[in-house]
Amino acid sequence: MASDRIFGAVVTLVALAYVASAMQIQTSFMADPVGPKTFPILVGSVAALCGIIVALKPDPDPDWPVLATFGSLALAVVVLVGYAYALKPLGFLIPTAITAAILSYQIEPRAMRAVLAGIGLSVGLFLIFKFALGLGLVPFPKSLTG
Amino acid sequence: MELLSNLAIGFDIALSPYTLMLAVIGCFIGTIIGALPGLGPSNGVAILIPLTFTMGLDATSALVLMTSVYYGAMYGGRISSILLNIPGDEPALMTTLDGYPMAKAGRAGDALVLSGVASFVGAFLATIGLMLLAPLLARVAFLFGPAEYFALYLLAFATLGGMASNNQAKAAIASCIGLGISMIGVDNNSGLPRLTGGNMHLFDGIDFLVAIVGLFAIAEVFFFIESHGKNTSIGVKLEKVTIPVKDIIGSGWTMLRSSIVGFIAGVLPGAGASLGSFLAYMSEKSIAGEKGGFGTGVPKGVAAPEAGNNAAAGGALVPMLTLGVPGSGTTAVLLALLMTLNITPGPMLFTERPEVVWGLIASLLIANFVLLLMNVPMVKIFVKILSVPPWVLLPGVTMISFVGIYSLSGSYFDLLLMVAFGVLGYVLRKLDVPTVPVILGILLGGHMEDALRRAMVLSSGDWTFLFSSGISITLWIIAVAGFVAPMFLRNVLKKPQRITD
Repeated sequence: MASDRIFGAVVTLVALAYVASAMQIQTSFMADPVGPKTFPILVGSVAALCGIIVALKPDPDPDWPVLATFGSLALAVVVLVGYAYALKPLGFLIPTAITAAILSYQIEPRAMRAVLAGIGLSVGLFLIFKFALGLGLVPFPKSLTG
Repeated sequence: MELLSNLAIGFDIALSPYTLMLAVIGCFIGTIIGALPGLGPSNGVAILIPLTFTMGLDATSALVLMTSVYYGAMYGGRISSILLNIPGDEPALMTTLDGYPMAKAGRAGDALVLSGVASFVGAFLATIGLMLLAPLLARVAFLFGPAEYFALYLLAFATLGGMASNNQAKAAIASCIGLGISMIGVDNNSGLPRLTGGNMHLFDGIDFLVAIVGLFAIAEVFFFIESHGKNTSIGVKLEKVTIPVKDIIGSGWTMLRSSIVGFIAGVLPGAGASLGSFLAYMSEKSIAGEKGGFGTGVPKGVAAPEAGNNAAAGGALVPMLTLGVPGSGTTAVLLALLMTLNITPGPMLFTERPEVVWGLIASLLIANFVLLLMNVPMVKIFVKILSVPPWVLLPGVTMISFVGIYSLSGSYFDLLLMVAFGVLGYVLRKLDVPTVPVILGILLGGHMEDALRRAMVLSSGDWTFLFSSGISITLWIIAVAGFVAPMFLRNVLKKPQRITD
């Protein structure tokens, strides 16, 4: 109940914000009858309406995980974001091994296997991408190899 | 005769050693993808698109490779449904209802072979249907103007939202999320940026591949972290695999009927594949009656949904190729592939690039035979692959997703967006909001707005133009009915719930 009420409210607010920003879209002098504003406003309005409906008529709550699981999900997101930033400056091998190991540990918490999975995936995927598929990946940070 | 000469063009392309090799590789990878729990067809095809793109294959080759993967995944999905009770994707859910009980009763091998044959029958008949129906529909599609296309897009969202979800309002929200996202970027008509919030990265819009991989693959990783990879252990043993001739012959009519039902459902834009296996299973269940024992592990209960599912997968290609409107989550992903390859689906595709269409159809026919060979005698190999533990598989999927998206643009921003879509996908699925309409919205939003605007230019702003032709009125009526009717039929057409043990 509560989840859907919150979800509906969030959808409505975001949709209204979307409509508001769609109102600000610049129109050029040679606009067609519909213009660039109408469709986004339409979509936003439908979404806002449905958001209200969901908030008023909520479904039963899903089984949300316990707080600790939320912690590990948040950690996974942080790790993935970090990986996204690290991939370019640090090369493929090191960030991939670390990220894969952490994710593996989170799915099944056994440290040794996670480390092996990380290293194995990192090296194995690098070989596949580089030599079988011919993608131009950089293995190590540029500063090391010069 | 035209059909034969077209097929000749097709086989000419498909039988070249290189294309044949791609088809076989595609089938193999596809079956693995379908069989691995946590990597459904849409998922698997989605993470492979960026890689195919960077490999620099030409349009026909890429299409052959990926549709083989698609068909293969449809075949492979049954393996995890039967052995693990985990449906690879929505349509495979029906296969678990009888397949898993049958496997638990010690007939896993029989169930796998039977479902493989049923898949073949369904997919083969559907490919023939596609061959006959698609050129006809392509001719009808020439009559479609912008007003009709607008109504058609609406119909796709309406039927998808109406039939494939439990809550219409949530499905509509999902569609709006997708449509809203597709508006971001430079407006094609005026050349001015819209809704970018001044962020330079967003001027080109959000790449649909980023959204698809995020919503499907990355979200799946979060689900596995939540469940700690539980419920993936193989519950049943597979002993010697023999061919259950009696069961195959006994369910011959079932396969045939289910293929037809599935194909017709698949052709409907929007609701496609899940509806196909559902209707096939339900109609066979009512034909068999109480004594049929559906739900307890009977061979017909395995054959019906698999034939229906694979026929629907073929049927879903009809609206996708002729009208550019996908019929299921996976065809939506295939549409994304076409768009990436700069192929615009629609009636013009049939006249201007027959080699693409017919090469594809011929490859599908060949792929079917390859898949039958792979999935019946070699099924044990794929069962072995099921034992890849999730703590290796899911990190692997994540890394492949990252590299794929990274190789598209080389920008960290797309990777961040992908993670954001992963979080969005997790939250939406938790709240029982379907994610396929989001994908459809992102893919079709631009076209839908474009159709509306061109219609209004033609009519100089007269809104009644949207309802001015017979075709468009019909489409509007079906759209409204497809969205509203399931609300009243919900009690009648109750989806069977997944069996738990």
